[in-house]
Amino acid sequence: MRRTLLAGLIGLIFGTGIAISGMANPAKVLNFFDLAGTWDPSLAFVMGGALVVTAIGYFFVLKRDKPVLEARFHLPTNRKLDTQLLAGSAIFGIGWGIAGFCPGGAIPALGLGESSAWIFVGAMLTGIAAARTVRVALQARTTQTA
Amino acid sequence: MTEFTPLASLSGGALIGLATVLLMAFHGRIAGMTGILTGLVPPLASDWGWRAAFLAGAIIAPAILVSFSEASVGFVNPVPTPWLVIGGLIVGVGAYLGSGCTSGHGVCGMARLSPRSIAATATFMATAIITVFVIRHVLGGS
Repeated sequence: MRRTLLAGLIGLIFGTGIAISGMANPAKVLNFFDLAGTWDPSLAFVMGGALVVTAIGYFFVLKRDKPVLEARFHLPTNRKLDTQLLAGSAIFGIGWGIAGFCPGGAIPALGLGESSAWIFVGAMLTGIAAARTVRVALQARTTQTA
Repeated sequence: MTEFTPLASLSGGALIGLATVLLMAFHGRIAGMTGILTGLVPPLASDWGWRAAFLAGAIIAPAILVSFSEASVGFVNPVPTPWLVIGGLIVGVGAYLGSGCTSGHGVCGMARLSPRSIAATATFMATAIITVFVIRHVLGGS
């Protein structure tokens, strides 16, 4: 219970940060990418602020043996650069440039009651579900033939 | 045009960082929106509780912000609906395959100096910039 409530509170801080920063505003995001046109460098400050706080905070937090409410830290262990990582990221960037929403920006935008955010998030969840279905099916086939 | 907002963006970014650090300190989890959402797309992950709570908090935050403070949250969507759908599908597929998005790779991973996250962030920033260039300056869209 405490775990769930606290996650909700942390989500609240995250969403407030996204809303204040401008990341939930597609016009601002698209202008950040428009170096040759109406460039708005604001989002570099979002990234900068988030990175400095996270780097310092992680430095101290990850020195501990385990998190406060869990048995261990869940950190990605894969260190290899592979095609799937780079292709997926390249695809994600194309979608971000088309719509002006990334997942972390679109979710808080839902709370603004903007229909465009709901349309985008619906499509995005469909994309996640479809990609996962295909990956699971491919993995099942690889296991069968192996 | 959108207004340059270095202070608001910096403080918003710092709050995103604070939430990211807290989620690691208490739950031992990466605050990546793609990863959190993936566990909420059926079939649900076994630990869906904290994910749903984080998501709910992130959604209601802007509503609380505009209701109970003087703050206004700027929002302008210049993208026509069919392209929102296409963009959304592409973002979902790409972020899932690439194991993360701006929050997971761009903030959490970059802060840990993860080579995968640095490569992923450089890649999606580059393709986003190229995409906007093509749409606005080659095809003449908005």
